[in-house]
Amino acid sequence: MAEVMQDGQPEVKVREPWFGKEERRLLTDPINDNNPITVQILGVCSALAVTTLVYPSIIMAIAVMFVTAFSNLFTSMLRTTIPKSVRMIVQLVIIATLVTIVEQLLKAVNFPIYKQLSVFIGLIITNCIVMGRLEAYAMANKPWRSFVDGIGNGLGYGLILIIVAVFRELFGKGSLLAGSPLEMKIIGTSDLYWINTKTNPWFGWYMNNNMMVLSVAAMFILGILIWVQRSRNPKLIDIS
Amino acid sequence: MEFINVFIKSAFIENMVLAYFLGMCSFLAVSKSVKTAFGLGLAVIFVLGITMPINWVINNYLLAETGVFGMDLTFLRFILFIAVIASMVQLVEMVVEKVSPSLYNSLGIFLPLITVNCAILGGSLFMVSREYTFSNSVAFGLGGGFGWFLAIVAFAAIREKMAYSIVPPALRGLGMAFILTGLMGIAFMSLMGIDPATMAGK
Repeated sequence: MAEVMQDGQPEVKVREPWFGKEERRLLTDPINDNNPITVQILGVCSALAVTTLVYPSIIMAIAVMFVTAFSNLFTSMLRTTIPKSVRMIVQLVIIATLVTIVEQLLKAVNFPIYKQLSVFIGLIITNCIVMGRLEAYAMANKPWRSFVDGIGNGLGYGLILIIVAVFRELFGKGSLLAGSPLEMKIIGTSDLYWINTKTNPWFGWYMNNNMMVLSVAAMFILGILIWVQRSRNPKLIDIS
Repeated sequence: MEFINVFIKSAFIENMVLAYFLGMCSFLAVSKSVKTAFGLGLAVIFVLGITMPINWVINNYLLAETGVFGMDLTFLRFILFIAVIASMVQLVEMVVEKVSPSLYNSLGIFLPLITVNCAILGGSLFMVSREYTFSNSVAFGLGGGFGWFLAIVAFAAIREKMAYSIVPPALRGLGMAFILTGLMGIAFMSLMGIDPATMAGK
């Protein structure tokens, strides 16, 4: 949990632009330099379990973004009225309510995906990224900035989910976005795929990698992603 | 015999950390030494074993359509489950403090952390989606906790040894931890060959 942002600048009476430099930083920082998964190590938990396919991962990313953004907003609005001793419970209730809304919405709108994500939608409640941002940012900052911070962290989180899912689905199943209206079948053993390994002279050797479907593949991909990111950005390397 | 079946399945074959990533945050954060990992692992077994039956009762007698209120209240599931977990953790903390101060001192810091450990809530949600019976939910709680305990202690032991190896700088710490977890996952997968049904003498 390195590098948790702490913005405690004194209040200035000058009217600030509604989307200034600070907001832009809040939105783009979590995508790379302060990524929730690879740098802050928050919320690695359950969400990675849905990354076997790209489409559910996108839905999951949107759900997490919604919950982080709005829980940040509401907690920040209430931050002066919440007593210190029960703040955890208040935060959990806010998060659980938002997650229930997401769950009911998904159940009504897209039932197959709801079935596929099953318990992992509920697990957004205990996803540390939500609670982590509430504690580290929303409890000390104004509502609008907290909202932007939530969106930014949701984006950074979703980005990693989608990168991992693209690798896993492409090499594990040979398709992309399976289950969605934009389904692409890329490589496989029948004419339905763009590259048919049975007839194509160049790809006769190709086979789907079954390990990619297993959960361990997500760990390897994530480990390699962190490796790449830290080699490009040496200030993130930890000495411990 | 189904009890043993569920226990073995949840402890080894469908290990919470290695197969579902549940509780990854504390798994990565608290695995720097075997001793602390041991304490956290015990606390997780304890809390999982307690909350699972309670949540089962709540789900089947309060929230289900056939329950006390006679209507489908399942949409309240998340809020109630998390409330049960938070209050149970608090209760366990108080009881342990009274009964065994030495255990409290060694577990102390980790107990509150467990509220937001995904493995606990995840266990309860899995229990609902898999429609376990009461005894099976107890077995699932204990087995899942045991599997988690096993994984974190083994992982901490490997990490202690890793301190002596030379790792590329960019892979140090978190990156290596993920790759190690992946390798451990593969090792645990070899236990898939265990058939709980034949072990139970069927």
